[in-house]
Amino acid sequence: MLGYILRRILYAVPILIGVNLITFMLFFMINTPDDMARAQLGAKQVTPQMIEAWKAEKGYDKPLFLNSKASGIEKVSDTLFMQESLKLFAFDFGFSDANRDIGSDIKERMGPSLAIALPTFFIALITNISLALLLVLFRGSVLDMSMMVIAVMIMSISGLFYIIAGQVLFSKIWHWVPISGYEPGWSAVKFVILPVIIGVFAGMGAGVRWYRSIFLEQINQDYVRTARAKGLSEISVLFKHVLKNGMLPILTGVVVVIPSLFMGSLIMESFFGIPGLGSYTIDAINSQDFAIVKAMVFLGSVLYIIGLILTDISYTLFDPRVKLS
Amino acid sequence: MSLTLLWTDMMVWILIVALLAWGWVVSRSPQVKKQWHTIFRSPVAMASAIVLIFYLFFTLLDSVHMRFHVENGSVKSSASEHVQYRGEMVSLLDLLFSHTIEKTERTYSAPFATHEYTKSIVVDENDVTRQEYLPLKHVKVSKGESERRDILQRSLTATMLGLCVSLLFVFLHIALNGKGTFGEKVRRVWYGETELPWRTAYLAFTLLLVTFVWMYMLSHHYHVLGTDKVGGDVFYQSLKSIRTGVLIGILTTLVMLPVSIVLGISAGFFGGWIDDVIQYIYTTLNSIPGVLLIAGAVLVMQVMMDNNPQWFETTLERSDLRLLFLILILGMTSWTGLCRLLRAETLKISQVEFVTAAKAFGVSKWKIIFRHIMPNLMHIILISVVLDFSALVLAEAVLSYVGVGVDPTMYSWGNMINQARLEMAREPMVWWSLFSAFIFMFILVLAANLLSDRIQKVLDPRSRS
Repeated sequence: MLGYILRRILYAVPILIGVNLITFMLFFMINTPDDMARAQLGAKQVTPQMIEAWKAEKGYDKPLFLNSKASGIEKVSDTLFMQESLKLFAFDFGFSDANRDIGSDIKERMGPSLAIALPTFFIALITNISLALLLVLFRGSVLDMSMMVIAVMIMSISGLFYIIAGQVLFSKIWHWVPISGYEPGWSAVKFVILPVIIGVFAGMGAGVRWYRSIFLEQINQDYVRTARAKGLSEISVLFKHVLKNGMLPILTGVVVVIPSLFMGSLIMESFFGIPGLGSYTIDAINSQDFAIVKAMVFLGSVLYIIGLILTDISYTLFDPRVKLS
Repeated sequence: MSLTLLWTDMMVWILIVALLAWGWVVSRSPQVKKQWHTIFRSPVAMASAIVLIFYLFFTLLDSVHMRFHVENGSVKSSASEHVQYRGEMVSLLDLLFSHTIEKTERTYSAPFATHEYTKSIVVDENDVTRQEYLPLKHVKVSKGESERRDILQRSLTATMLGLCVSLLFVFLHIALNGKGTFGEKVRRVWYGETELPWRTAYLAFTLLLVTFVWMYMLSHHYHVLGTDKVGGDVFYQSLKSIRTGVLIGILTTLVMLPVSIVLGISAGFFGGWIDDVIQYIYTTLNSIPGVLLIAGAVLVMQVMMDNNPQWFETTLERSDLRLLFLILILGMTSWTGLCRLLRAETLKISQVEFVTAAKAFGVSKWKIIFRHIMPNLMHIILISVVLDFSALVLAEAVLSYVGVGVDPTMYSWGNMINQARLEMAREPMVWWSLFSAFIFMFILVLAANLLSDRIQKVLDPRSRS
């Protein structure tokens, strides 16, 4: 088990290098450091000296991949790519182009992101699974059919509409919650509740359908027939057998969502003015702050890979047949 | 006048030709034909298909661009004025709606309104300043009629016309389709005794056509869906947005398909280091959060386009190139899922007896891929294409909202929603832009979802149990 996890972590290293390479190429091969300097300094009254000075200050004045001036190992190591990437592996995100400490920014903004993401995640998981079980219990009935129709409709509406409609109804017309903003501590609840409800509702259509299809696939299997033949009630068949055996596909779908929990929801946070990582990223994208975007991409990939490893580990917990080797 | 093809126009027409060719191939294979027959035996699938064809029709109408010479005397003055204004390029849809483009109001007005939505300060002949709702410049209520009666009368005429036109098409189709006398065929359709649910199809078609004719006829006299901040007609904007949404939905899959098919099959079939490399590439791409990758790529592209203004002559070309880039980027970030599926399926098929037999007979690898593996992957490809379509239409709106989607000058539902965000904060609320974007988008995505559901149900062997 431990050896397996270790191997998986080692396997993650080339992937993370690849991720770095892609983001690096994306930003520096097409968009040269000169362009970035111009964008940061304001395009109009920039002199070549100012650009050079800016690049030297940010450390963007090195060659991209191969330093022909240096000798030995420095030929490769004293380049922009190595300088920028190596630090990331130590989770040293450095400073943003606007001279803020990215690491502490991320720490600060993780809380608000999680305050929205965690409740949304768990409430959605529980409601979707219980609704799906309910539908499977009444499969083929009018309830099942009409819920499926509603689910397709919920899926067909863009998330943006839920947010706008929610804000108009609950904040503007009924004045139940503030339109946007955030406060730390318990008073966050009144800012967080609406985004959470909207998040749960918007994902409900796809979620319920997905879980329902998983359970329906299970219910046609032999073990369910055996359980019924033993005289178990339909409800205990569903909860004791079907739910347990459906856990594997559920886990696969669920764990992959974990990185987006930390990253926050880009749209939700910017709409509700919540100072989380999602709005942080959007702001960085808009101000072309490469350092922040790079840090967020790296962080996102790390979390995704952790999520994948966790999936595999959790498989063994739910299905003893799966052996990690 | 000369026809001008934008990049995306070209892609869309190539796609149409490819689809027609594919349809011809399908019609020759009885097995596949039967599968499609099964798909459309469901009335819901039939109605959805009609809706999608309607949207596609508007996309195509908006994908024929032309230029008018300003000095050309034979062109109507309205069109040439519009040409100067819009950077010299118009589509067939623009020509059809030249009356709404030309007749812009001053500011917001509600659907079917005769007056502006907000009060303006007016100084009358006695030098008294008053605040009042100004009448709209281009709303023409017939003389001696109340507004409501006028709308009613025009609606009646428009509906009758729409009905006549759609009945004409329906009867023409009945006459050309199937065997037997005309009366017999009409009777069978009426009682729903046809093999395919033609009754539903005709009903959906009539409904859509009548609604469109009604809105189009009334758009000559009213702003059916109101006007936006600068007085532009919202109905026209919503129709223009169709092209953006549909194009992103279909062209992105077109871009991504070859990549995922080639890489997926190679990984599964050849194995070894090829498999390792391909797996590495898609795991790496997959582990980058999608929105970030797209946003980063769009940003880079934006800078590149700013640095090369010589690439495009008109603003339309510029926004078109941006759309093309967006499609490419979305395609490049979304091929991984299908690729992984195809790899797994190819691995499975490669172990099946008929492939082993083919290998034993010394059939070349390429022949095995084209004769045995590809046909057995078609259903997965088709299912993933139809499933992706609606997701991409929705993604367009979100990306445009974040500011990394289509060009802000381009009509798109995302841009409409983005604008509506400020309008909702107004007092009183301006709701019609958002409402129109919502309705147009909802109908498209719903139809796509319903059809893809049906296709998945029929083609996916797993869902048959």
